[in-house]
Amino acid sequence: MSDTISVTVKVWRQNGPDSPGGFETHPQQISIDASFLEMLDLLNEQLNDRGEEPIVFESDCREGICGTCGVMINGRAHGPQKATATCQLHMREFADGDEIVIEPFRAAGFPVIRDLAVDRSPLDHIIESGGYISVGSGAAPDANLTPVPKDAAEQAFDAAACIGCGACVAACPNSAAQLFTSAKVGHMALLPQGQPERWSRTEAMVDVMETYFGSCTNHGECHEACPKEISLDFIAYLNRDYVRAKVKNRALSGQR
Amino acid sequence: MAQSTRERYRVDPVRTRRRAWPFPLNIYQSAVGRKWVMALTGIGLVGFALIHMVGNLHVYEGPARMYEYAETLRTLGGGLVPKSFVLWLMRLGLTGMFALHLHAAITLKDMSRHSSDNAGLMSGAKKYAGGRDHIAATYASRTMRWTGPIIALYLLFHLADLTWGWWLGPDFIRGDPYHNVATSLSSLPVAILYVVANAALALHIFHGAWSIFQSLGVNNPRYNHLRRGLAAGIAGLILIGNLSFPILTQTGLISEDNRACPINDSDGLVCLAEEAEGH
Ligand code: HEM
Ligand code: SF4
Ligand code: FES
Repeated sequence: MSDTISVTVKVWRQNGPDSPGGFETHPQQISIDASFLEMLDLLNEQLNDRGEEPIVFESDCREGICGTCGVMINGRAHGPQKATATCQLHMREFADGDEIVIEPFRAAGFPVIRDLAVDRSPLDHIIESGGYISVGSGAAPDANLTPVPKDAAEQAFDAAACIGCGACVAACPNSAAQLFTSAKVGHMALLPQGQPERWSRTEAMVDVMETYFGSCTNHGECHEACPKEISLDFIAYLNRDYVRAKVKNRALSGQR
Repeated sequence: MAQSTRERYRVDPVRTRRRAWPFPLNIYQSAVGRKWVMALTGIGLVGFALIHMVGNLHVYEGPARMYEYAETLRTLGGGLVPKSFVLWLMRLGLTGMFALHLHAAITLKDMSRHSSDNAGLMSGAKKYAGGRDHIAATYASRTMRWTGPIIALYLLFHLADLTWGWWLGPDFIRGDPYHNVATSLSSLPVAILYVVANAALALHIFHGAWSIFQSLGVNNPRYNHLRRGLAAGIAGLILIGNLSFPILTQTGLISEDNRACPINDSDGLVCLAEEAEGH
């Protein structure tokens, strides 16, 4: 038999980017085996039954890989459990009688679309500025044509684990997107395949980042908030690569 | 799909990019580059704070040694350069570093404030109603923008106090730093001010010295675990040294009771010079 807890859900409601918004409170009885988003689903069904507007929140994969579901739970991005996206959080992390405050990720670069859903497209713009291959490049190369040192491959893989959820921005007192950008820059800068455009890519992505987000002061909150535990080391690599990119003679970069 | 998403969702940038300045000034145009400048000037300022503290330990060797130390600073560079030339170069460099550090701090803070617009329930500061428990941010890192200005104000006070002698009046004797220090710090309010300001300085350096490594990308997982300790060590050393001056003046260890030379800017200084020679 599963246990049930009673919690008070205090949730942010906002009709659109320019509406003022405010909190709404709903008591909830919920099984501790329910996921956090299932709790919101059930709450929405109750709201529907009463003819009220359901709470808008985003989710897609519900297995911690798509990065859409992030919300602020009791002041912590993705809630109290470390290295866990909101969709993977379960109600057993809460105690009977808890008040659960749910808010959208906040930053000037993340305008609220409605309720808990925010527009994180600035993160996409950072990615776009990194460029992509749009030319026919022939058949796929042989798998082992380009040797990759194992350590570099592992490090790059750690960076590539970023799901683009924006929790780092939301948790950052400066609303900086350094952790996200450094993960995206890092996973390519570490691999041989990423070298040809390493310097121009770093420059372009940082430049776009800085048109939307704040300036990193090395608090380290992002790493704590990150569901994928992206390391602060990537921020250091990014900061170094950016200034190196500025001073680099591009014609010689192939020869390091 | 990328096309349609781009059309439908485009958040307006918080700031527009200005035309690029020529290299290397363009580095300072970016926040990442500006943090490099903060970090490099930070290294210079921490270095200064450390050397300044160590130099002032001469006060424990008495008035003559302190006089000699001040004289050494003025005659750095030996006969190759005019007197006080190197000292003025250092002052110029320090002023420049301060100015850059301050400008970068103010502009970057402003940038972060704009990026957090609408990000709080109350206007201005970023805040969540659910309470933010700072998990990683330290007290020092969260108070950089307060400890910074405290240091700046303290610095002005300190210069007016012991370099320009604004309020010691006739008690201020140029060239006799031991006397000036002992006189100024024997006032309890002044001593308290020095203690508070140096606590702020130590907090600032505790986060700053760690932050330098990240800002410059000096990162090697093999040594990263040493960075916090190093920052704490440097901050602690500067704190202990600097706190000793007001505290030991108040407790009477730094005092002029047993002073051999007269206190004035004529034969007093000659006497100090002779005593220093005699050592
Ligand atoms: C004029 C007064 C000062 C102001 C207003 C000021 C302000 C600031 C601010 C706002 C930061 C950024 C905080 C952050 O990144 O979290 C900073 C960083 C720093 N400050 Fe200061 N500061 C001042 C004086 C000093 C002094 C006297 C020292 C050295 C003894 C110093 C050393 C540092 C260092 C090492 C950093 C870290 C740079 C980095 O992040 O790479 N500052 N300062
Ligand atoms: S770095 Fe972590 S917190 Fe930031 S977007 Fe990527 S997964 Fe989310
Ligand atoms: S819904 Fe995909 S990561 Fe949570």
